[in-house]
Amino acid sequence: MTNLICIVCPKGCHLSVDEANGYAVTGNGCPRGVAYGQKELTNPTRVITSTVKIRGGIHRRLPVKTNSDIPKALIPQAMALLDGVELESPVHVGDVVVADICGTGVSFVASRDM
Amino acid sequence: MSSMVYDVIVIGGGPAGLAAACEAYDNGAQKVLVIERDKELGGILNQCIHNGFGLHYFKEELTGPEYAGRFIRLLRESASVEVKLDTMVLEIRERVVHCVNSREGYQMLEARSIVLAMGCRERTRGAIAIPGDRPAGIFTAGAAQRYVNMEGYMVGKRVVILGSGDIGLIMARRMTLEGAKVLACVELMPYSNGLNRNIVQCLQDYNIPLYLSHTITDIIGRERVEKVVVSKVDENRRPIPGSEMVFDCDTVLLSVGLIPENELTRSASIEIDRRTNGPVVYENMETSAPGVFACGNVVHVHDLVDFVTAESKRAGAAAARSALGHEASGAVMEVRNGSRVNYTVPQKIRRENVDKGVEIFFRANNVYRDTVIKVESGGQLLCQFKREHMAPGEMEKITVPKILLDKADGQCLTVSVEDQA
Amino acid sequence: MYDVAIIGCGIVGAATAYQLSRYQLKTVVLEAQNDAANGTTKANSAILHAGYDPEPGTLMARLNVEGVRMVKELCEKLDVERKETGSLVLAFSAEEMDTVRALCDRGIRNGVPGVRVLDREEVLAMEPNLNPQVVGALYAPSAAIVNPWDFCIALAETAVRNGVEVRLSSPVTAISRLPGGGYRLATPQGEVEARYVVNAAGVEADTVHAMAGGSGFTILPNRGEYYMMDKTQGGLVSTVVFQCPTKVGKGVLVAPTVHGNLIVGPNAEDVPDKGAVNNTAGALAFVREMAAKSVPGINYRDSIRNFAGIRAHSDHSDFIIEESAQAPGFINLAGIKSPGLSSAPAIGVMAVELLRSCGLQTAEKDRFIDRRRVVRFKELPPEEKERLIRENPLYGRVICRCETITEGEIVDAIHRPIVPRSIDGVKRRTTAGMGRCQGGFCGPRVHEILARELGVSLPKILMDEEGTYILTGPTKEGR
Repeated sequence: MTNLICIVCPKGCHLSVDEANGYAVTGNGCPRGVAYGQKELTNPTRVITSTVKIRGGIHRRLPVKTNSDIPKALIPQAMALLDGVELESPVHVGDVVVADICGTGVSFVASRDM
Repeated sequence: MSSMVYDVIVIGGGPAGLAAACEAYDNGAQKVLVIERDKELGGILNQCIHNGFGLHYFKEELTGPEYAGRFIRLLRESASVEVKLDTMVLEIRERVVHCVNSREGYQMLEARSIVLAMGCRERTRGAIAIPGDRPAGIFTAGAAQRYVNMEGYMVGKRVVILGSGDIGLIMARRMTLEGAKVLACVELMPYSNGLNRNIVQCLQDYNIPLYLSHTITDIIGRERVEKVVVSKVDENRRPIPGSEMVFDCDTVLLSVGLIPENELTRSASIEIDRRTNGPVVYENMETSAPGVFACGNVVHVHDLVDFVTAESKRAGAAAARSALGHEASGAVMEVRNGSRVNYTVPQKIRRENVDKGVEIFFRANNVYRDTVIKVESGGQLLCQFKREHMAPGEMEKITVPKILLDKADGQCLTVSVEDQA
Repeated sequence: MYDVAIIGCGIVGAATAYQLSRYQLKTVVLEAQNDAANGTTKANSAILHAGYDPEPGTLMARLNVEGVRMVKELCEKLDVERKETGSLVLAFSAEEMDTVRALCDRGIRNGVPGVRVLDREEVLAMEPNLNPQVVGALYAPSAAIVNPWDFCIALAETAVRNGVEVRLSSPVTAISRLPGGGYRLATPQGEVEARYVVNAAGVEADTVHAMAGGSGFTILPNRGEYYMMDKTQGGLVSTVVFQCPTKVGKGVLVAPTVHGNLIVGPNAEDVPDKGAVNNTAGALAFVREMAAKSVPGINYRDSIRNFAGIRAHSDHSDFIIEESAQAPGFINLAGIKSPGLSSAPAIGVMAVELLRSCGLQTAEKDRFIDRRRVVRFKELPPEEKERLIRENPLYGRVICRCETITEGEIVDAIHRPIVPRSIDGVKRRTTAGMGRCQGGFCGPRVHEILARELGVSLPKILMDEEGTYILTGPTKEGR
C-alpha cells in the first residue's frame, strides 16, 4: 500500500494505492485520481515547462511546455533538448518548438504568442 | 490634458481586470477601458509559465501565459474595449481616473463605473524582520521568477527558499530545472501554505527537503549571500536555541505571503478591511464607494486564478449594470467571521440584490479535519457544510441560497467552523 | 599634483569638497566604495539635531548649531529634501523633567533658537499618539529631518560641477610623504599626489591616519539598528521624538522621514568589526520595546526594512578636527559621531580654515555653481506633469509604483555628475525601490534601465557595493 497526494487538480486528494490488489486506488475525489494513482506507481509522468530564446519579441525568452505529459525519467533529457534553441518572432501559441521529445511523440510547444 | 467619459474603466490588465472588462462588455457596457501599467496585458500570469491554471474555468490545464492569452484574445474581439498599456493610474477622485503615459501625457478619464483590479504585491524581508547581513542574493520569489522566466537570467546557484507559498514551491522546481541546487524550503508554520500538488511535483519530485516549523534566523554575507542559518521554532514560532542548521548558499528566495495592493483604494477613501487588506465589498463586489467595484487579489489573495476569474466576472457584470443606471440597493446585512474563520468576502450583503444565492469566500485560521461550516443569523442556523480537511492555505467557498438568506432574521450573518459532532 | 586630496566621500568629505570647490584649487576626492554616501551617511537617523545635546564649549556644540543653520540654506540651494519638524525630548518622571530642564538650559547656552519646556497637555496636543504617561518634554523647533544620502550626493555633485574630481572605488591603501612636502596616496586605480590631505574616512579614519604615520585616536565602531516603516505609519508623529538620556542609554527615537515613512531606532552597541552592519534579533527587539515607551501604537506588520549603521565613535569625547600632530598638512576630520550629519557643513568650513592655516592659498573662483534642481514628478501639479511628459516622454512612464518614480527621473539620476552604477545608487538618488514593495516590482526594471543607459549587460549591474552581484548568468548557462 502506498500513500500519495494526487496532483491532477489543486484539491490534492490523499490517495492510497494497493499494489498487491491490482493497483486499487482509494481516497480519490474523482475518476482522474484512479488513473493518476496507478500511473504514478507504474509510469510516473509530468508536464514540463521552460523557456527558449527568442529574437524580436517583447521579451528575450518565450515560454514553452510539453503538449502532453512525459515520463518523469526523461525530464533531464527533455530539458537538454531546449539548449541552443532560438526562435524568431512572431511565434504563436501552440507552435511546435521541439517535436517528438525522445521518441515519446510529445512536443515542446510555445505557450504564448510573441 | 485630455478628458473622456467611459462606461466602465478597469484598472489593471491582469486576470482580474481582463475578466471584468470582458464581462462588462458582454453585459452591455459600450465604452470599456482597461488601464495597464505594464507594456502588455496579462499581469503576473505572463511570468507564471508553469502549468496548472484553468482546470476549473476552462476544464483543461493551461500555463499562465496561455490562460491570460485566452482572455486577451476575447478582449481583442470585443471591439469597443480600449486598452491603454504602459499607463499608470496616479489617483481616483470621485469617478475620475487620473493617469499618465508617455504618449498621451496626463489624462483625466471619467467613468460611470470603475473596477479596481490592481492585484497584490509580495511581502518582503523587511516585513518579517529577518536578522543578519543585507547582501545581494535575497529576492522575493516573484521577482526571481520575473528574472528567470522573462529576462532569461538566473538569480543564483545554491538556493534556500523561505516560505512554502505556491510561488516559492514553483520557483524551487524552476530553478532546479535550470541547473541551480535548491537546498531547502523552510516554512515557519507547522503546515505549508502552498497547494499539496505543488509540494509533490515541485519539492518531492526533485528531493528538495521541506522543513516545517523552521525559519531563517541569520543571513551571512557582506556582498552576496554566503550562508543562512535555519532554526526550528517552538509552538509560539520562536526560534529554539541549539536547533541551528547552516546552509552554504548564494541565494534566498522569499515566499512569505502576498498583500493586496490598495494604495489607490486608500487614496480614494474607500473602506478597507483590516483582515484582508482589501476593500470591503458587497455581494456584487461593489466597494464602499458607489459605482466603484473591486475583484481579484486586490480584494483578497486567491490561491487559484480560476476563482479570480469567477469573482471578476461578477464585478464586471455589476459594473456594467451600474454604468447603465441600475444601482444596487436594499437593506445591508453584515457577514462576520465566527470561530476559526480569518475573514469573509463579501463582507456585506444586500439581500435584494442577490439572485439565486450568494457565494462567500473565507479562510480557516488553522489546519482542521472533519469540520462543519455553519452559517448563522440571529442565533438561527441557516445552513451548514461538511469538510474533511481545511487549511489556511486553501480558500473555502460556500454558496448560501437566496431562499435561506431570505429566512435570516438577523442584521448579520456569521460564518464559523466547528468540529463535526 | 593636486592641491588637496580628500579621503572619503561621505557627508564630511562631500561637505569639505563642496567648500573647497569655491576656490581656484585642484581637488580630488578618493572614495573607497563605488558611490558617494555609502558608509555611515547612508545608514543613520537622518536627523538634523537642534544642538542642545553637546556640552557647551565643545566643537560639537559650536559646529552643530552652525551646521544646522547651513544645512537649511544648502538644502534650499541644492534642492535637497529637508523638513523642519522640530523635536521633542520626552520625560516620564520628575527626574527626567530635571534632565529636560537641564537640556533646555544647555540649548540656550549653545545658542539653539526657540528651545522651551512643554507640559504634558502641550506635548500631547502636539503629538496625540505619544504614550499618555508622558509628563513633559523639551521642544526644539529648529530640529529637522533630511534626506542624508541626497544631501551628501548633492554636495559632491556640486563640487564636481565646480571642478572637483571624485574617484570612486578608490580605497587608499598606502600613504607616503613626498620629499618636497605633500603626500602620495596609493589606490588600486593608481597613485595620487597632493599637497594636503583631508582624512574624512569615517570609520576607517584611524587606519588612514596610521598610513600617514599618524596616531592619537582610535575609532570604536558602534552599531545602531533601525526599523523603517511604511507610510501608513508615517503620520504617527510629526516631530522627531527622542527619549531622555539616562544612565542606561540614550533611548531610541521615533521620527517621520522626509519621504513620509516612520523611522524607529537606534540601539547603540560597540562592535569589533567596522563593517558589521548586520541586524540582530536582540537589538531589533530592544528597539521595539524602547520605542513603545514613546509611541505605543507602532504597527510592526508595516515594517518595510531593517537596517544598521556604524557610528564612527572614537576614544575622544569631542570631534577630532585638527592637523595631525605627526603628519603636517594632513587634516583629520575624525570621530564624527552624532551630531555629525547636522555639523557636516560647518566641519567643511572648518576644514578649509585648517588648510589655510597650514598654508593653502584660497583664491575664490569667478564663477561658482551653487544651485541644483531635481525633478520630483509626483510632487508636481497635473499641468506641470503634463508639460514635463510633453518635453520628455520618459516622465510618462512610472517605474516605481510605490513611490511614483518615473523613467525620466531615473535616467536623470544616472546621468548626473556622480554616476550610480547600482540599483541602490539609483534608489538613493530617486527613491525608486524605497517603498513598501522594496523594489520587488521595479528592481528588475531599474536594472534594465541602468544597463541600457550605461551600455553594459544586465549581469554587470550591482545591487550596491562592489561584489553585490544580482544575476549569476543567463538561464541554461547561456546554451
